[in-house]
Amino acid sequence: MKIGKIQELLGAQLLCGEEHLESEVYAACVSDMMSDVLAFVKDQGVLLTGLLNSQVIRTANMMDMVCIVIVRNKVPTEEMVSLAEDSGLVLMRSPLRAYEAAGALYLAGLGREVGDE
Amino acid sequence: MSENIRFHFDVDGENFTSAGEASVAVKKKLRQLGYPPDVIRKVSIAMYEGEINMVIHADGGTADVEVRDDEIVIVLADHGPGIPNVELAMQEGYSTARDNIRALGFGAGMGLPNMKKYTDDMVIDTEVGVGTTITMKVNL
Repeated sequence: MKIGKIQELLGAQLLCGEEHLESEVYAACVSDMMSDVLAFVKDQGVLLTGLLNSQVIRTANMMDMVCIVIVRNKVPTEEMVSLAEDSGLVLMRSPLRAYEAAGALYLAGLGREVGDE
Repeated sequence: MSENIRFHFDVDGENFTSAGEASVAVKKKLRQLGYPPDVIRKVSIAMYEGEINMVIHADGGTADVEVRDDEIVIVLADHGPGIPNVELAMQEGYSTARDNIRALGFGAGMGLPNMKKYTDDMVIDTEVGVGTTITMKVNL
């Protein structure tokens, strides 16, 4: 699924990374616990989270993720946005709750075309 | 004999916001040097977990990375409180992090097990009241 499609499905506002909207991603994960993201994420390119601090961006960077969606209409700090920009990540915010956002992406087929365990 | 590439970082224990900067820098440098993505990922995740640990538990410390011909060695050293029971600390889910750390998204008790998982060798040298040095190796 293209990142631009994710933005559309989640009614999200793009904060940075416009140049990557045509990039393809194949799976996503939802977590507010960065420890768990570091321990359990394999090849999920998208992180949905309600956590707001710079470690969200660094964690995604470490895991080679390409897109972060901040849920529940929360507003990331300026530092998060500039870190995401520097890291070449897409950062967006959606009014949906994490459960709804994940459901919308799953129903649209994200993460279902590849066998994830 | 070619000279090994070395990186040294001071990890600021006061500032949670900047935690991870050393790992990001190492990741960037290894990428520039053209190492395989899976090696870079292992090194940077293990180092990042260690860096976060140093900030959470030990008021900072130092991080040294040496790129050898056949392996990358990461040494994280601090003068924190030490780990009283390493076996317990290595158990997934065991954590002594306080609630304020959990609110920041860490302290799930996955740090040390994860560092071991992503590296080919890990040695913990710790003494209560003196500090902890963790040496990790990733094979090339």
